[in-house]
Amino acid sequence: MTIPFYVAPEQLVRDKAEFAKKGIARGRSIVALDYSNGVLLLGENPSTVLHKISEVYDRIAFAGVGKYNEFETLRKAGIRQADLMGYLYSRDDVTAMGLATAFAQTLGMIFTRDPKPFEVEVLITEISEDSGEHRLFRITYDGTLYDERNFVAIGGKAEQLTESLEELWHEGMTLEEAFDAGVEAFRRAEDRESEGWEAAVLDDANGLRAFRRLDVAEFIGG
Amino acid sequence: MIERPMGPLPLDVPVPGASFTDLLELVGAGPALTIPPGASVPSVPEGTTVLALRYEDGVVMAGDRRATEGHLVAHRRIRKVFRADEYSAVAIAGTAGLAIDMVRLFQVELEHYEKIEGIRLSLDGKASFLARLVRGQLPLAFQGLVVVPLFAGYDERLESGRVYSFDAIGGRYEEIEFGSTGSGSRLARAYLRTVYRDDLNADEAAELVVQALVSAAQEDTATGGPDLRRGILPNVVRIDPDGYVELPDDTVRPIAESAVETIQ
Repeated sequence: MTIPFYVAPEQLVRDKAEFAKKGIARGRSIVALDYSNGVLLLGENPSTVLHKISEVYDRIAFAGVGKYNEFETLRKAGIRQADLMGYLYSRDDVTAMGLATAFAQTLGMIFTRDPKPFEVEVLITEISEDSGEHRLFRITYDGTLYDERNFVAIGGKAEQLTESLEELWHEGMTLEEAFDAGVEAFRRAEDRESEGWEAAVLDDANGLRAFRRLDVAEFIGG
Repeated sequence: MIERPMGPLPLDVPVPGASFTDLLELVGAGPALTIPPGASVPSVPEGTTVLALRYEDGVVMAGDRRATEGHLVAHRRIRKVFRADEYSAVAIAGTAGLAIDMVRLFQVELEHYEKIEGIRLSLDGKASFLARLVRGQLPLAFQGLVVVPLFAGYDERLESGRVYSFDAIGGRYEEIEFGSTGSGSRLARAYLRTVYRDDLNADEAAELVVQALVSAAQEDTATGGPDLRRGILPNVVRIDPDGYVELPDDTVRPIAESAVETIQ
């Protein structure tokens, strides 16, 4: 029988965190920002079929950055969870808060138990029923859950994007203004041309299922 | 035992994994029920007549509002026609309690597939799945708790409306002109057969389905005709290239009034 080398837990966690951060930094970022009628999710994505932003439930959307297969696994699991809850109880009982907690718990568990942590960061957003504040939850690779206000960014360039958005975002923006602010934030954070955008909104005007993908060409052209 | 809903996310699900019904079964909350043989089946509300008809641009579907329990009227305002998704509708006849739950599961199934896969099921795929749900009720059907749905929608690939009828064991039949199920369905079909044309427009199609319901209600006591005094009107929906629309009462009322006048 061989005795495994002792590795201090601090060391183990630090190594895993570093590994996950490196993976995430390679991926492209996503931002979400409030506008007058909902929430806009925007990211750079050269592919038109491999989505990073997705519908989860009536008023809830998901976005993920990092390793595609990993955040895709999480996305599907989130949809399963939401649909199960909504079917077993009522559609009103599915909330971003509940889902974000489940995402955090899952990512936290994977980070501690599995030899390789997920190299992802995810976003759960929900638009409010009344005119209250929308919910923006950011969950990191180790399961840390952040409750953000007004705008949020995930991925390698999150810090730079957040800094720019602090300047660019203001209360009561129209969708077009929010889109321009998002694009401008990316322009400042990245020193190269974008290879394509993926954008979607959660908007009350869309009815019960508030999620819609945007035709980006309309916004860039205008 | 149902998994605690607020636990960690269900990450590992066997392939194909896009079916919500399979997922429900996996967590122990599936729709399958059985009653011991020989057990007496309780008397429960039954839905009656629903029908769907193809017209130029799509389909219309309608249902009366009555549910019966034996010779009694159990409900006067029950809904038997439901939106399944943006391009399809499902109507039910038979044991109301089971049927309404089947519709709820069917609706979640279609939405779940669409979200997971990023694309809607084909209309044919939706009909096949509904047939599977009906077949799942087979043990109950033998004990008298029969559910027979009717499915209609707009096929985005063929660019045409389509109607599917079913039998109690999950047989699925595509109808070329119109389909109907429930106690008054023969009467409704007999009426439609005399008046159907293949160049109907949306308004004419809506008039015909309401007339057929009124006609069925004349002879079938289980079918509730429009009750104009109480303001109980049939549910009428239309699905065309623009999607699912339910006709508002203000549109249905004049159609029902003139149908009550003209049908002898």
